[in-house]
Amino acid sequence: MRALWPGRAGHGFVAAYVVLLIAFGIVPTCYAVYFAFTDGNARFSGLSNFSRAAADFRFVPAVEHVALYLVFWLVALVVLVVGLSLLLYELSARGVSKALRFLYYIPGALAGAAGVMVWLFVLDPSVSPVAFLLRAMGFATFGQVVAPGHLPVLFTLIAFWTGAGGWIVVMHGALNNIPREVIEAARIDGASAWQTARRIQIPMLRKWIVYMVILTFAGGTQLFVEPQLLAQASVGVAGRDYSLNQLSYDFAFQNNDVNTAAAISVELLLVGLVVAALFVARSGFFDAD
Amino acid sequence: MPTEGHPALAALRTWEAAPLAEEEPARRTSRRRTRNPLPALVLALFAVFFVLPVLWLVLAATKTDDQLVHGNPLSFGSWHALRANWDALTSYQDDAIFQWLRNSALYSFLALVITLAVAVPAGYALAMTEFRGRRVLLVGTLVVMLMPNATLVVPLFLEVNAAHLIGSMWSIILPYAFYPFGVYLAYIYFSTALPRELLESARLDGCSEFGVFRRVALPLATPIVALVGFFSFVANWTNYFLPYVMLPQSSQLPVQVGLGTLLDDVPQFNPTVGDLAVQRPELALATLLAITPVLIVFLFSQRFLVTGMLAGATKG
Repeated sequence: MRALWPGRAGHGFVAAYVVLLIAFGIVPTCYAVYFAFTDGNARFSGLSNFSRAAADFRFVPAVEHVALYLVFWLVALVVLVVGLSLLLYELSARGVSKALRFLYYIPGALAGAAGVMVWLFVLDPSVSPVAFLLRAMGFATFGQVVAPGHLPVLFTLIAFWTGAGGWIVVMHGALNNIPREVIEAARIDGASAWQTARRIQIPMLRKWIVYMVILTFAGGTQLFVEPQLLAQASVGVAGRDYSLNQLSYDFAFQNNDVNTAAAISVELLLVGLVVAALFVARSGFFDAD
Repeated sequence: MPTEGHPALAALRTWEAAPLAEEEPARRTSRRRTRNPLPALVLALFAVFFVLPVLWLVLAATKTDDQLVHGNPLSFGSWHALRANWDALTSYQDDAIFQWLRNSALYSFLALVITLAVAVPAGYALAMTEFRGRRVLLVGTLVVMLMPNATLVVPLFLEVNAAHLIGSMWSIILPYAFYPFGVYLAYIYFSTALPRELLESARLDGCSEFGVFRRVALPLATPIVALVGFFSFVANWTNYFLPYVMLPQSSQLPVQVGLGTLLDDVPQFNPTVGDLAVQRPELALATLLAITPVLIVFLFSQRFLVTGMLAGATKG
């Protein structure tokens, strides 16, 4: 994309943004790197902060927790968002499809702590609107529902509940972009709805699915508010060291060990960057510009 | 979720690419003869999944704790109980809930104003003018945008702490105001939807660089201003981690973090609570209050995003 006129006016327009970018993007990043490679006395310490983080008994479990949660969440998101979008697209009643998309989208307003609050209730058999389901699965108390082994599934539920609707709207738009004639032609050739979806629609959604997966992955590594509030509410069943961000928080504010905390932040940032690079390279999403 | 802003980019681009697909008449000529009831059933089940908890939350605020446990989960309690919950909630720590809501509104609104004042001109300049460092800035914005910012919370704390600004509301407003995603949205919008000839002729008529922006580009950019504003507001209102770390006093908390404080005083979730006990319906009511502004913005922009964005996108 080419810009129109040269000149220095551009600098005036971006100046304020550059200040914010430096203050709240670049400086904290550099600060994190600085702390990650120094010790409490500001002496260079090599990788010792990283190895201390990795050697902490909570680190490996935290990585496993986040990884497991990501697997659950990504699979649920891809399968269900694509599936539901295709079904909504097939729906012949236009108004119903629109209304359903809107209903699916509503929980998006409950991102963050509010959504977790709602699920604290929904998962508590004594007050839950689906208590019969929880009991049928053999859970009589809140503590049984939020047993540590269940957390990846529960966080997936919460994340899916708040996030899926927005992606369904996006996928629906993408499906509408597929030329009608292509699908008509497939149907006339005798392709079933399933074959059309598998051979034509899903391949043409690929770019969007990759986009969704990568953003979701990057977001998912940041898990904090869900386990934090759940730990607060679960009477000790769930720990405060479930995710990597919680662990980083704990090092910084409970152990007063900002260097190790910074090492974890740097690792998460690196993962984020690698994912971003993958995203730009593989999906070709920004090629059009 | 930290990715909240990004689907918007996808949606924006989708709408640009196929603005009128939604309106296309008679889309399906070949309809299958036998209707399979399974898809409709699945869609309906998911509708229940998405809506039921919200519905339950609204109803829970109208009950006593006893009704919550023993009554039908989807029944309406009573106005009386709602009133009692309201009184109990508002008397918690001397109107703390209102203080938190005010804080949330203040932080989100100030950050929103700064974001718009910063992101829209920056996106405009990146799209429309050539200057040294433009490419670097573009790539940098892309990288920062894709880098989830929750990882920066602890480093930000260290930075703000070094500057002795912990506990200042600016320690969260300014990081909120830094919104590379908004810059990128504005950049895409200006580079795809704004005819360059229009700007060129304004320049020939003697408009200054800033005049061109203010008189020509900005009036045409209403949809993108609204979109950036919408996503910035929702992202800031729902943020938890940053204020949780930056703000030490209860009186400074935004409502999202305030909910966590309330949660600590609910005996069923935390048995060690003393006299401060908060009943569960009060917590439900507080949650409801916390989401109301976002819900209003949602309902309002639902229409706007579909109609307004399309109107803007079909030109260009």
